[in-house]
Amino acid sequence: MHGPIAPSRPIYLDHHATTPCDPRVVAAMLPWFTERFGNPHSAEHALGREAETAVEQAREEVAALIGAEAREIVFTSGATEANNLAIKGVARFARAQAGPRRRIVTVATEHKCVLESVRDLAAEGFEPVILPVRPDGLLDPDVLASAVDDSTLLVSVMAANNEIGVVPDLSALVAIAKRFGVLVHSDAAQAAGKIVLDVAALGVDLLSLSAHKMYGPKGVGALYVRRRPRVRLSPVFSGGGQERGLRSGTLPAPLIVGFGEAARIARAEMAEEAARLASLRDTLWKRLSAAIPGLRQNGHPSARLPGNLNLTFPVARAADLMARCPGLCLSTGSACSSAEIEPSYVLRAIGLSEAEAGRTLRIGLGRSTSPADIDLAAAALIAAHEACVAAA
Amino acid sequence: MRRALEVSAPLYLDANATEPLRPEARRALTEALDLVGNPSSVHAVGRAARCVLEGAREQVAAVLGVASAAVVFTSGATEANAVALAGAARQGRRVLASAIEHDSVLAATAPIDVVPATAQGMVDLPALRAALESDPTPALVAVMAANNETGVVQPIGEVAALCRRFGALLHVDAAQIPGRLPLSEILSAGVDSLALSAHKAGGSKGAGALVLASGWWPGPLVRGGGQERGLRGGTEPLPAIAGFAAGLLAAEAWRANGGAERLAALVGEIAAELRERVPQAVVVAADAPRLPNTLALALPAVPAATQVMLLDLAGVCVSAGSACSSGKVTESRVLRAMGLGPLSASTIRISLPWNAPEDAAGRFVAAYAAMASRLAARAVEAAAA
Repeated sequence: MHGPIAPSRPIYLDHHATTPCDPRVVAAMLPWFTERFGNPHSAEHALGREAETAVEQAREEVAALIGAEAREIVFTSGATEANNLAIKGVARFARAQAGPRRRIVTVATEHKCVLESVRDLAAEGFEPVILPVRPDGLLDPDVLASAVDDSTLLVSVMAANNEIGVVPDLSALVAIAKRFGVLVHSDAAQAAGKIVLDVAALGVDLLSLSAHKMYGPKGVGALYVRRRPRVRLSPVFSGGGQERGLRSGTLPAPLIVGFGEAARIARAEMAEEAARLASLRDTLWKRLSAAIPGLRQNGHPSARLPGNLNLTFPVARAADLMARCPGLCLSTGSACSSAEIEPSYVLRAIGLSEAEAGRTLRIGLGRSTSPADIDLAAAALIAAHEACVAAA
Repeated sequence: MRRALEVSAPLYLDANATEPLRPEARRALTEALDLVGNPSSVHAVGRAARCVLEGAREQVAAVLGVASAAVVFTSGATEANAVALAGAARQGRRVLASAIEHDSVLAATAPIDVVPATAQGMVDLPALRAALESDPTPALVAVMAANNETGVVQPIGEVAALCRRFGALLHVDAAQIPGRLPLSEILSAGVDSLALSAHKAGGSKGAGALVLASGWWPGPLVRGGGQERGLRGGTEPLPAIAGFAAGLLAAEAWRANGGAERLAALVGEIAAELRERVPQAVVVAADAPRLPNTLALALPAVPAATQVMLLDLAGVCVSAGSACSSGKVTESRVLRAMGLGPLSASTIRISLPWNAPEDAAGRFVAAYAAMASRLAARAVEAAAA
């Protein structure tokens, strides 16, 4: 007989990589794929106008999620493109205006697309500065203060980390940057819909969002671009001039409708869902840490996403644990690079050795995670760890 | 007693702006919506998503007759055009493009040497040759396979021969081709890169592809994550890509099985009927080879915006040129480049979708003729007043 640790349906605990599309989101999108298929830029006829109206309603919902105005939302293909647009867009606009500011500051634990965008700008005459983080995964405000000055153009700090889940005090960091009139961008792909984000309270100028990280569809995201005072950008690519010239290409109306619905659901259910996930996450941590002496949690213990747990095991390698838990969908780090065998640069940045990073698992709880899933996951991981210890 | 309001579905004749979703694409897309994983994740759910992604890539590659490694998924044709042209420019290539290209080509990089078009809406081959001869810098030439506004099919074979002769790369925006002309024939002419859009191939909005058929590799525009072999960062939009592949496959099969001929017959019927009933109407580029579904039609002295608005009120969806910017109707840049003169402000585009109804020609001609006679009567009144 198989034990209870072999569930028939995989338990998905990788909600940082992507989230399943909420059935309400799918239902909202379907008619816009099929009978209401008009091009939202075909304002000349009825089918185009109804698609345009749907896009604008979705824009309102996405804006409401972060306390922005609808016209401050620029739709993109996702957060990667939004991050590229924010960072390269600010830099290239400043260069075209012959602005004197050349320094672009970011943090070692940012998503790859932020780090690569910042580093790429070195070839365009900018000065990339990559700041270290503390062992708890957060950027020390004093380190930021010593890195920004009046030659700094932009600071990019994520609103929540995709591996270790830490949530910085963004408004405090923004205040430091603002002393020198520096623009602030935040990659909020992991934070949006999970924790409260208000662009006015945070004081950020640019904020990136991804629909598929908040139970919406893959293929759409957004960049918030502050209007007052106005943030100016150059597009990454041009063409038909959609999205006020910042992002050309036919808007994917069905995906945008899904994004809007995902934003509406997240706003309505966030408080309750965050409490539920934090409680499940804490249960999982208690069960695992009681059974596995020496198990360590990475990242700040309280300033973190409710659904995130990042654990370094005392003996077993993450790959072996995952191999012994085929019914659990877990990861060692970011999905983009998870096919790579190299240890996570985020874990290295918080001071883990290569061996420790190799014994680390990322667990991401989400909307579909039930208490029963947590029971099964805990049992499976504990059994897998015991088996690894026995085999060692 | 309440009277039921009779509202018939609008007659959609704006397929060059976007095609209705094909049922095959709908099936693939909705199945992919049920998949949970990120194609880059290594666990079972991620591998299932990866499997669908690579299956879609193989399907697209098979339709085109290229290796699947040549297919790079993007958010759409605009991004595909931008990656190719900006990449060539960054590699130090001189970029040439025909005057009738889509905005996403002409705005992709700067500077671009613009090659003029003939009065029939074709790229001017002697001018292209002269431009290539005049400067030995390695070049990339961008010529679309068929124009989105006039439907005029471009001489890609001749353009490719010129490119070969002068060592230039050839980029072809083929967004308007699926379901209308054989894609693999265009590629086999000797194309280095080719842009496709899912929502013009019977798939959904939000996906497209850059096909790198000869091994030429431009650099990325959007970086990060290393997806699409580093050429295009970001989690792939799996449902849109699955729908794209299924739609493209279906569109090509449908075309080969008489679908395109059926649309050509309907377009021919419209043109013939209009010659009888609205003799003042002019078919633009009448003597050029055109897409089977497209008709650019000028009604002299009547602004295109007026025509489109009146037809919209009559339940007919057409457009005045391309759908891209802001919805405002301005004089078409493409038609001006053809030297159409004042007619370029009076031209509308009729483009039949794959599922155009059997009575599409009759319904369109009736609405168009009614519009033309109402406008003529109004003009007479105005003259008398």
